[in-house]
Amino acid sequence: MNKEEMRHKFIDIIARFTAYTGIHLPDDVYLKLRELGAQENHVLARIVYDAMFEDLSMAAELNRPCCQDTGVIQYFVQLGTRFPLIDEIEDCLREAVKKATIIGPLRHNAVEVFDERNTGNNVGKRIPWIDWEIVPDSDEVTIYVYMAGGGCSLPGTAKVLMPLEGYEGVVKFVFDQITSYGINACPPLLVGVGIAGSVEVAAKLSKKALLRPIGSRNSNTRAAELEKRIEAGMNEIRIGPGGLRGETSVMGVHIEEAARHPATIAVGLSTGCWAHRRSVIRIDANMKYEIISHKGAVL
Amino acid sequence: MSKTILTTPIQDDDLESLTIGDIVYLTGYLITSRDDVHHRLIKQRKKLPVDLAGKAIFHAGPIMQERENEKGKFDVISIGPTTSMRMEKYQKEFIAQTGVKLIVGKGGMGPDTAAGCQHYKAVHGVFPGGCAVLAANCVEEVEQVEWLDLGMPEAMWVMRVKEFGPLIISIDTQGNNLFEKNKVDFNLRKDQVVEEICRYVDYLE
Repeated sequence: MNKEEMRHKFIDIIARFTAYTGIHLPDDVYLKLRELGAQENHVLARIVYDAMFEDLSMAAELNRPCCQDTGVIQYFVQLGTRFPLIDEIEDCLREAVKKATIIGPLRHNAVEVFDERNTGNNVGKRIPWIDWEIVPDSDEVTIYVYMAGGGCSLPGTAKVLMPLEGYEGVVKFVFDQITSYGINACPPLLVGVGIAGSVEVAAKLSKKALLRPIGSRNSNTRAAELEKRIEAGMNEIRIGPGGLRGETSVMGVHIEEAARHPATIAVGLSTGCWAHRRSVIRIDANMKYEIISHKGAVL
Repeated sequence: MSKTILTTPIQDDDLESLTIGDIVYLTGYLITSRDDVHHRLIKQRKKLPVDLAGKAIFHAGPIMQERENEKGKFDVISIGPTTSMRMEKYQKEFIAQTGVKLIVGKGGMGPDTAAGCQHYKAVHGVFPGGCAVLAANCVEEVEQVEWLDLGMPEAMWVMRVKEFGPLIISIDTQGNNLFEKNKVDFNLRKDQVVEEICRYVDYLE
């Protein structure tokens, strides 16, 4: 395969995979929703869960985005330094979004700031948003696709606390936001928390926390314990699906951290809605792909 | 129990017996109106291109597809509700100016909207969030689109729908507010939960 053929193949895979992401929820999210739904007996909660599962099966059957808000497209890329398209990949991802917008079809969600014009193809200044991680001695690329919808982005927030506010301040910050803004963001939510020394690091880590498989735990013992405590605490509030009350509130709570400055504890919060459209694909140097997030998926 | 179906034009009488938590369905005209439509009418004082009196609005930005062989004719692909709270700032005035009777969206709305619903006899109903193909399935026809210059999500899409729902009444004509009531309980439980967790997180050396 020459470079041009490779480029063509790569764009095609990512475009179809991005469109696929809008239709089918990843395996971990679907299983978690089934688990949470099975616990519900409240009338309104049952109505909402029934609607959710009916919607998902109709979306799969009709090949349509399960939620109309297919979000601003974000790619979190773990890029091997010897991946053959390393020079072209950014341009390829932008092309893939344009193509996915037509295949999906995806909603037009890129509005140029200041011009206040919707570009109509989901590509705009710095959008799709791309996050890069370098993987040494690898000729592969692993790409997380995330559809950042408006509803689940609205509760997003970050703040720099003073150290004497402690981790207690972090806990309070997270709970306050979820019980106010979170209830409108299509619960059961996946809650991502970032803790760091400055606001942008905390915010970014809170989003990366949403990329982890549901049920995975932070490798730090205290962090893992805090994840469990916040998750159990959220569920005790019993927000229910759609904020209409129920037996639970969240699909999970994930925390990611970076070493902080002695004088600051920055905390960031991102939320994923129940239709958490996050997918993972690995592509090798021969443009052979493997879909990690959706078992048995065919593009 | 039989289905409660609201049919446009909706009369005040149709709404007065409804209370928060009731389930209804809509048949008739449902028109998308979200941030930019509210902004144009209330802040910029532009005349709406669609008469909303007695009708229903939908806080929603759909995926529409133009027919290849019929320009200007659209089919709805996917259309779920968006976060209603974003429209709280202008909703009361919007109800007053348009005479809209049913506001469909997702999540709760605030005290101004509740006051508007009470004063002008209107209700807010929640369609299950994210369930966009389910909602699209209740649309019989996209009859018209206005203000398409705002882009696909923000334009006014005039749709004829049949038994569109389930819609969970979240604000009724008495001004009762389901989400505000829920929030009171959530916040009580939150305070207890936070206090309990904080006993375990004094990690500072």
